[in-house]
Amino acid sequence: MILGVSIYEILTVSTLVFFIGVYGFVTRKNLIAMLMSVELILNSAALNFVVINKYLFPGNLEGAIFSIFIIAVAAAETALALAIIINLYRRVMSLNTDELETMKY
Amino acid sequence: MNLSYTVLIPLLPLFMFLFLGFGFKRFKEPYSGWIGTIGMLITALISFYTAFQYFFNYGKVDGVYQKIYAFNTEWIHFSDTLHIDMGVLLDPISAVMLIVVPLISLMVHLYSIGYMHQEPGFTKFFAFLSLFTFSMLGLVLATNLFQIYIFWELVGVSSYLLIGYYFEKPSAVLAAKKAFIVTRFADFGFLVGILMISYYAKTWDFATLTSLDFIHQLSSQVGMFMGFSIITWALIFIFVGGAGKSAMFPLHIWLPDAMEGPTPVSALIHAATMVVAGVFLVGRLFPMFFFFDDGFALQIVAWVGAFSALFAATIAFTQYDIKRVLAFSTMSQIGYMMLALGVSGYEGHEGLGFMASFFHLFTHAMFKALLFLGAGAIIHAVHSNDMNDMGGLRKYMPVTHITFLIAALTISGVPPFAGFWSKDEILAAAFEHNMPVYIIGFVVAGMTAFYMFRLYFRIFWWRDPDYHHAPHEAPKTMTIPLLVLAFMAVFSGFIPFSELVSADGKGFHSHIDWVMAGASVVIGLIGILLAYVFYKRENDLSTRFAYAFGKFYKWTFHKFYIDELYFFVTKKIIFQNISGPFAWFDRHVVDGTMNLIGNKTVWIGEKIKGLQSGKIQDYAMFFISGALFLIMVFWLLLN
Amino acid sequence: MERIIFYILSIIIVVFAGLSVVNRNIMRSIIYLLFVLLAFAGLYFMMEFNFLGAVQMTVYAGGIIVLYINSIMLVERINSPLDVAKLWRRILAGVISVAGAIMALFAIWSYDFTEVGDESSITIQDVGKSVLNYGEHGYILPFEVISMLLLAAMVGAIVIAKTKKRNAN
Repeated sequence: MILGVSIYEILTVSTLVFFIGVYGFVTRKNLIAMLMSVELILNSAALNFVVINKYLFPGNLEGAIFSIFIIAVAAAETALALAIIINLYRRVMSLNTDELETMKY
Repeated sequence: MNLSYTVLIPLLPLFMFLFLGFGFKRFKEPYSGWIGTIGMLITALISFYTAFQYFFNYGKVDGVYQKIYAFNTEWIHFSDTLHIDMGVLLDPISAVMLIVVPLISLMVHLYSIGYMHQEPGFTKFFAFLSLFTFSMLGLVLATNLFQIYIFWELVGVSSYLLIGYYFEKPSAVLAAKKAFIVTRFADFGFLVGILMISYYAKTWDFATLTSLDFIHQLSSQVGMFMGFSIITWALIFIFVGGAGKSAMFPLHIWLPDAMEGPTPVSALIHAATMVVAGVFLVGRLFPMFFFFDDGFALQIVAWVGAFSALFAATIAFTQYDIKRVLAFSTMSQIGYMMLALGVSGYEGHEGLGFMASFFHLFTHAMFKALLFLGAGAIIHAVHSNDMNDMGGLRKYMPVTHITFLIAALTISGVPPFAGFWSKDEILAAAFEHNMPVYIIGFVVAGMTAFYMFRLYFRIFWWRDPDYHHAPHEAPKTMTIPLLVLAFMAVFSGFIPFSELVSADGKGFHSHIDWVMAGASVVIGLIGILLAYVFYKRENDLSTRFAYAFGKFYKWTFHKFYIDELYFFVTKKIIFQNISGPFAWFDRHVVDGTMNLIGNKTVWIGEKIKGLQSGKIQDYAMFFISGALFLIMVFWLLLN
Repeated sequence: MERIIFYILSIIIVVFAGLSVVNRNIMRSIIYLLFVLLAFAGLYFMMEFNFLGAVQMTVYAGGIIVLYINSIMLVERINSPLDVAKLWRRILAGVISVAGAIMALFAIWSYDFTEVGDESSITIQDVGKSVLNYGEHGYILPFEVISMLLLAAMVGAIVIAKTKKRNAN
């Protein structure tokens, strides 16, 4: 609990980060940049867990542990996604989403 | 007394079928034939032993032949009384069939080794013969109506396979198809009958169905339909099935065409065994036929049989294909058996017709198989079915000649050959119960003698055509069956059949009425004499007679245009006026609707496939806007 | 004091998050992302989730960001500016994001959270016991599952990114 800061303000921050991430995910053309937007979204979700744990159920640890798990999953996801991106780049020589449409109908 | 070994009787041929059928590329020509024959020999020995033991050892309890369930296992259970069993039922008529079927089958197996020499698919032929024998034995040993129906269809299949044995020949394929469709059509009646019986009698078990108490109880329970008991209708439907297999008018059209199959097949299936299945079926359910509505269904059996006998005998006068003459003769003789069943009573000497029917079945199997095998030997030698290509063969084929003569005398009812005894019993039974039927039977006896000796004289006398290469006597494997069957044809008439087989199982003493016997012998001899006059030497007497009869001759020659009538009914009426509109409806309305739906789906898919851009960002945007939209909608609705 | 620090961190988070999604230089936007993550870690420290903050710093700021930088250096020319989406798409995305944010904030601010004041701090021991416990509030099973996932991801990443010898020839 941060002295003098209500849960509303922290949730506001996480909400803003979440929608900034959404905006980035939709507008970015580069695969790596899209992935970075996903990281923002993940972080805002993790912050939500932590805040709610801290402010509403201070005796428990669930939120913190879920955040740890989210970080672990994010690490795994990033590693795999980057591996895929590198492999893709070797084949297509591009990371632009407009040129990666071969699976379209 | 453990009788479960009898289960081997049908299972051995099944095993032979699988053995030969699965390994048929591995067995070379004569060996597969001998394997099949030896398998059949073992089956025959077990069958003879079983039948002998049944008749003379344990079958008769307190002077009545019992129905013994030698083996029975429940297969499909519907209710406590209604269940499909598989088993072996021993009673006098199945014991008789246990002698007939394996004996003829064994002879045909042996004969086929010579006859099918160097035919392609030699092993396949023997496999199919075994399949047929299995099915037929299963049929005669069936313990309940449904088992008999299953094996009934199986004999139909094996008959189809064997008729279509020369499957490169279009006519054989057509004949096989025709036989299958016609008998299958008739079997539909059989199935309807079975279902009616299962609904009203609630059992398929033969011992129950034929017990007198059950019949009395049932006849007071079931309702009436159009003046007759429903069970009577069911029995008429069952008889339709029997008539189809037994080639009774008007379902006989497949039998002459079935002669496209190899001759041993005709001897086994289309003369001696399968075609008498209808007789067997009526005999099996005889108490039901007799007691419901005072035997109305039995009257139908009698008249159908009598008419078929006369009808087929008439056609046999004018045919030139020797196998077809024999086919019509078969149909005529089966008509005789049906007729005999139809005029039979139930108790004691009243049941003469029943016994005579099975007696005739037995002797007919012997002499008709002999005739067919003889015809096969002739065809083998002359390479033709047409009697115009034959003549004077007695010099070339002495064994065939003598055996054929014996068979012809037997079928004509000349004493002391077997046919005389059985035919005399039939005529005696008809005389006692149904005068018009007796007259038909009497006339047919004379006609039979005439057309059989027409056949005999045309083949073995008539004239000496110039053969390209002299016909030769058949090999040993073919003549030995002829001799065995000739022996049976001569002596089987002396079996005291009435002691063994009777409707009520008690047996009785039959005695020859010499006046009636004399009459039938006289008409038989008149027939033979006429044939002698017409056909002993080559002359134009028969041609002149044919001219004299003009139209009638033409009608009989074309088998009364029954085939054409069927074609007319099916093609012109059913196909054009009923199936045609249905096909049009199916093709245009049903298919059209389906095609419309399919085409529209494709069209819509073409139009909207642009939405599937393959870009995850678009999807994410759609997803988020949709979610927001829904949230707004719900939020507005909730407030 | 805490309040001021919180506001500073919040401003850092929002501003650099925004910059990282609009900047056309990918290297810069990675660095902005790093700042965002570090500020998140700061928030965790302020809430006395020390272990979580440490993990955030090491795994995210230390590991993942480095991974990004490496892969960017492998595949892209660093100086070439990123493509920008079409204007209508940017406007549409902006409208959606702003609308979504307004809705979410409206929902948050109109909900009455009952805050529970509690000053007990959570130590690393507590976290460790909770993660390796199989009783109530124990997370040994998810923990092991995560370890399997990480292993699988590692193997998968190697297999996917590896150059195929056949293709090379």
